[in-house]
Amino acid sequence: MSEHAAVAKLKGKFPDTVLDVVEFRGETTITVKKENIVEICSFMKKDLGYNFLCDLCGVDYLGKSPRFMVVYNIYNIATKDRLRLKVPVEESDVRVDTVSGVWGTANWHERECWDLMGISFNNHPDLRRILMAADWEGHPLRKDYPLQGPGREPYQGRHK
Amino acid sequence: MGVDKTLGNNVVTTSLDKLVNWSRSRSLWPLTFGLACCAIEMMATGAARFDLDRFGVIFRASPRQSDCIVIAGTVTKKMLPVIKTVYEQMPEPKYVIAMGACACSGGVFDTYSVVQGVDEALPVDVYIPGCPPRPEGLLYGILKLQEKIMKERNSFGAAIGVGERICQA
Repeated sequence: MSEHAAVAKLKGKFPDTVLDVVEFRGETTITVKKENIVEICSFMKKDLGYNFLCDLCGVDYLGKSPRFMVVYNIYNIATKDRLRLKVPVEESDVRVDTVSGVWGTANWHERECWDLMGISFNNHPDLRRILMAADWEGHPLRKDYPLQGPGREPYQGRHK
Repeated sequence: MGVDKTLGNNVVTTSLDKLVNWSRSRSLWPLTFGLACCAIEMMATGAARFDLDRFGVIFRASPRQSDCIVIAGTVTKKMLPVIKTVYEQMPEPKYVIAMGACACSGGVFDTYSVVQGVDEALPVDVYIPGCPPRPEGLLYGILKLQEKIMKERNSFGAAIGVGERICQA
């Protein structure tokens, strides 16, 4: 299967930032460095026409390094073409630059990502909690967050 | 002639209690307040087929006019302060019906974000199990609450400021 057309253009524009390209069942995933994610995203939008950010989410690979990934699912409405960008984030520096200046919808997606995963976004205009209560402590979708909350004994299975 | 001995307090208050209890239990106005899927079942109970109105149960759109609150659905920790505020806005006497598994115990949502039973925050009068309970279940719960109200003592006295209302389990 031939490589996705956007990959070559991205590699040509940012030769050192593309870490990995995976193609699986017709879906292309490009892993890039987090340092110039904003330039990459505005290149994807302005030059390659990916004008719609379908979703932005965080992934917690607890125990691996880097621990977190931020995933950008982008879509070109004109050509109906999908692409996935991934950015590894170290646990020691859990922050990524915001892309809310590129796609406006990233604003709330990044708030959700910060609320539930604890991944912070530099230069975000309004980084507040969006789903959990405003006085909530912790980030509940992290793998090391106890399922039943920090104040409770974890479920031990049925009593025999 | 005439009554030379006053009737005992208990004779008069008992009958007034009955009158007050009867009027309270037969005009039980719940708050229009739903949280999750149980609220759909609560709406069905209020609609034509099951028709809560025939029991004098008429949903009110304001806590100030309500006698009871049906906790119909999952109570999240984020929603709990809202429920408490609404409950505190209701005038006495007020009753709480926990409708469905979630409101009774947290249900299947044994997680960080869900309150494990609304009785952690409010005094629940009637628990209705089910996921969700059928409208008959909610009707039965409301009838049980009516029975409970009918068993109250000194409801008239408490209304005019003499003593406390005595509720029996």
